[in-house]
Amino acid sequence: MDKTTPILSEERLSNLRRLEAESIHIIREVAAEFRNPVMLYSIGKDSSVMLHLAMKAFYPSKPPFPLLHVDTTWKFRDMITFRDETARRLGLDLIVHTNPEGIERGISPFDHGSSVHTHIMKTEALKQALTKYGFDAAFGGARRDEEKSRAKERVFSFRNSSHGWDPKNQRPELWNLYNARVAKGESIRAFPLSNWTELDIWQYILTEDIPMVPLYFAAPRPVVERDGMLIMVDDDRMKLLPGESIEERTVRFRTLGCYPLTGAIESDADTLPKIVREMLIARTSERSGRLIDHDDSASMEKKKREGYF
Amino acid sequence: MSITDAITASAESVTEYILAQEEKDQLRFLTCGSVDDGKSTLIGRLLYDTKLIFEDQLAALEKDSRRHGTVGEEIDLALLVDGLEAEREQGITIDVAYRFFSTDKRKFIVADTPGHEQYTRNMATGASTADLAVLLVDARNGLMVQTRRHAFIASLLGIRHVVLAINKIDLVDYSQARFDEIRAEFEAFASGFDFETLEAIPMSARYGDNVTVRSDKMGWYKGPTLLEHLETVKIGGHELHQPFRFPVQWVNRPNLDFRGYSGTIADGTVAVGDELVVAASGKTSRVERILTPVGEAARAGAGEAVTITLEDEIDISRGDLLASSGARPDVADQMAAHLIWMNDAPLFPGRPYLLKIGTRTVTATVTEIKHKINVNTFEHVAGKQLDLNEIAFCNLSLSQPVAFDPYEANRTTGSFILIDRLTNATVGAGMIWFALRRATNIHWQAMHVDKQARATALGQRPAVLWFTGLSGSGKSTIASIVERKLHLEGRHTYTLDGDNVRHGLNRDLGFTDADRVENIRRVGEVARLFVDAGLITLVSFISPFRAERQLARDLMGEGDFIEIFVDTPIEECKNRDPKGLYAKAEAGEIKNFTGIDSPYEAPETPELRLVNVGRDPETVADEVIEFLRANNYLVAPATSIDGQDI
Repeated sequence: MDKTTPILSEERLSNLRRLEAESIHIIREVAAEFRNPVMLYSIGKDSSVMLHLAMKAFYPSKPPFPLLHVDTTWKFRDMITFRDETARRLGLDLIVHTNPEGIERGISPFDHGSSVHTHIMKTEALKQALTKYGFDAAFGGARRDEEKSRAKERVFSFRNSSHGWDPKNQRPELWNLYNARVAKGESIRAFPLSNWTELDIWQYILTEDIPMVPLYFAAPRPVVERDGMLIMVDDDRMKLLPGESIEERTVRFRTLGCYPLTGAIESDADTLPKIVREMLIARTSERSGRLIDHDDSASMEKKKREGYF
Repeated sequence: MSITDAITASAESVTEYILAQEEKDQLRFLTCGSVDDGKSTLIGRLLYDTKLIFEDQLAALEKDSRRHGTVGEEIDLALLVDGLEAEREQGITIDVAYRFFSTDKRKFIVADTPGHEQYTRNMATGASTADLAVLLVDARNGLMVQTRRHAFIASLLGIRHVVLAINKIDLVDYSQARFDEIRAEFEAFASGFDFETLEAIPMSARYGDNVTVRSDKMGWYKGPTLLEHLETVKIGGHELHQPFRFPVQWVNRPNLDFRGYSGTIADGTVAVGDELVVAASGKTSRVERILTPVGEAARAGAGEAVTITLEDEIDISRGDLLASSGARPDVADQMAAHLIWMNDAPLFPGRPYLLKIGTRTVTATVTEIKHKINVNTFEHVAGKQLDLNEIAFCNLSLSQPVAFDPYEANRTTGSFILIDRLTNATVGAGMIWFALRRATNIHWQAMHVDKQARATALGQRPAVLWFTGLSGSGKSTIASIVERKLHLEGRHTYTLDGDNVRHGLNRDLGFTDADRVENIRRVGEVARLFVDAGLITLVSFISPFRAERQLARDLMGEGDFIEIFVDTPIEECKNRDPKGLYAKAEAGEIKNFTGIDSPYEAPETPELRLVNVGRDPETVADEVIEFLRANNYLVAPATSIDGQDI
């Protein structure tokens, strides 16, 4: 090979390639430093990008950790199908955990409200699963641009033995030197997508052709208008209130979660480019589609201190 | 094509636009300045003007502004970036927040860091990953102590590009004279900092003048707006011309036919066929394949996360540094570095910490604080310890040699963090200045007569019996009985205690925390030499700090250190008070007395815990002998004192 010809240009890595490299570095660092890591897989677009990066990080090996999905039993059916298909296609171990006490008590977002449901079926369930399997590190797909309290969270975010986050006592994090030391029972939440924005995520999905849950794409779906949101009727557990009716509208979802808590938007964006176009035009940030963040602007920080992702 | 054109045209043009964004690069910058200089407002302004505040966030912002705002009826842009509840309540920024915005040319990652001196560590954190620093100055106040401090920290952390944002220019009537005065003063001050670019821009973050839009109130200013400058300033470009550096993160071994080394290229480029060296071992091989995130490649460069395979199977594991064989890094176990201390508990020379450099973690101690640096005056001052937010130039000694470059040459291979071994907190950040030459030139003598040979000649297994406990707990009494019993068995022993060490070797040390650490370090080192000489060494020292006992333990081989906690309650010790010391301490005549006004950190998992209340010391000493016997310390054939085999 002629070594005198520079193959690389003088330019630095593009934004997307720099983000990709940084995420891969973080993922490898977690795999190398922790005894028993796990990747939280929530089936959404950010999780899909994170998983895609993990596949690249260890190629030609498989990622040396399992996936964990905390199933509230209220996820869209399409999400569950996609989840199982993805694990099978990639040949990865998938752990599914549901809070058995929540099942026993029959917790439902319709009857108990979003905050009780989220606390028991997500926050508590996640803590249970982490404790049960003794995971000392858990990858999450959160981004710093999503929300104000996340803007300050470390890439390696320390959790005490009760999975709590102390925002005022975070470890300094310099260069790409991540401190992975934890005592028994303590753990780290690792966020490889910390520096990605929503636009970066979509751009990467488009460039890399990453498979996505069909719910992101517009299609005629049965919906009910409730509290100013369009809720999709995904199964017969959704009871209509007086004055409500099921209509078929062409909708899609900007974020995915429990179907009774996730608002659809009316849209005809049925391809990736159309979604990106819509996103660029949109003037509503993505989490507003989720009921749980509406209570108070500091509510996310409160949830995170209690152990929510 | 602009983004607006793209989205108004069609979905296909969006695809085209998005794919064209592949070329867009990234700039990471830091904003700093004192609390009132308007940092958060400036970032809020950048986000607002680049249309990255969405309507629902704007609604929440209006609500928050009414509750916490400091600008009356207007929207307080600073509230956008002051994320955590406590900060919103106190109206100050207390941590590093990362914000993002994007134009057609670049994506920007902003680290917003606090200005107060007590947050030097947060600023250093933000600076460590930044390419550029925006230093805010209030035009009314001009350069402040903190402006100089921030310029110094930015320079120390290797930032080569600076924008001097002369803010609140509206409050000095958009005065060119004022702007010129501040700029000239800063340029004179910063001439020693080796900044590649230094751009002074007059602006009003609150009203948006010269932030993203050219101001119509300052016709005299011909330079770029802040955003124009951030979009066009040329950053880096040297990395690809540096020697190749590759810290190995992960050995990729899916099957017997593939053995790859995964990591992120810290500097330089690598091509198939290049000869690489494993820095620490000196073994070389040639590059066979390079796997990148976008497929196999003939060549890769700085910043890329790749997996490399080599032609030969040589011993390489996580923590090794692969380098171009023609330009090798330093390999040493001693170095000089700038250290920023980030923990409430001070740094003491001699205390061991974990040091993480690249993908390698070793034990390290600061052997000497050469000088501390006053961050406001840059004066060098002497110091025996380093407190939170202080910066010092230090010598460090590592448990094993590591490969590195000076920080000036490479921010990745020249930086390290220090981790407390008990709390696991990140306590310090270091930038390596150079290897200490004595480390590279002086090698350990590999002696034929080694510890094992001496121990065999003495017919025993050497070890340290480390007695710790309060003054008056009975450590020395018990140690002395144990030594007598061992001697009668024909064992070769020696006792180190306060009397024979404090009066000689350590006569220069007092009783401050720093001196206590050094005291124990020296005793540990002497004990190690005695163990090396084959002796059963009894150490009887209060040794109040866990970290130093751990240090002593780490000096010894596996199983050579036996921590014996003489657990006598303080009330009992006070009653005994054999030397009348407690009485004096309580009367305030002795300072820093352990148990009175200096802490004793009891061992959590000592090898042996002795209850020494209401028992005959002979019986307690027998417990030690039994422990040694039960744990095979006394099985080797001992000789009787008259030399006959027994």
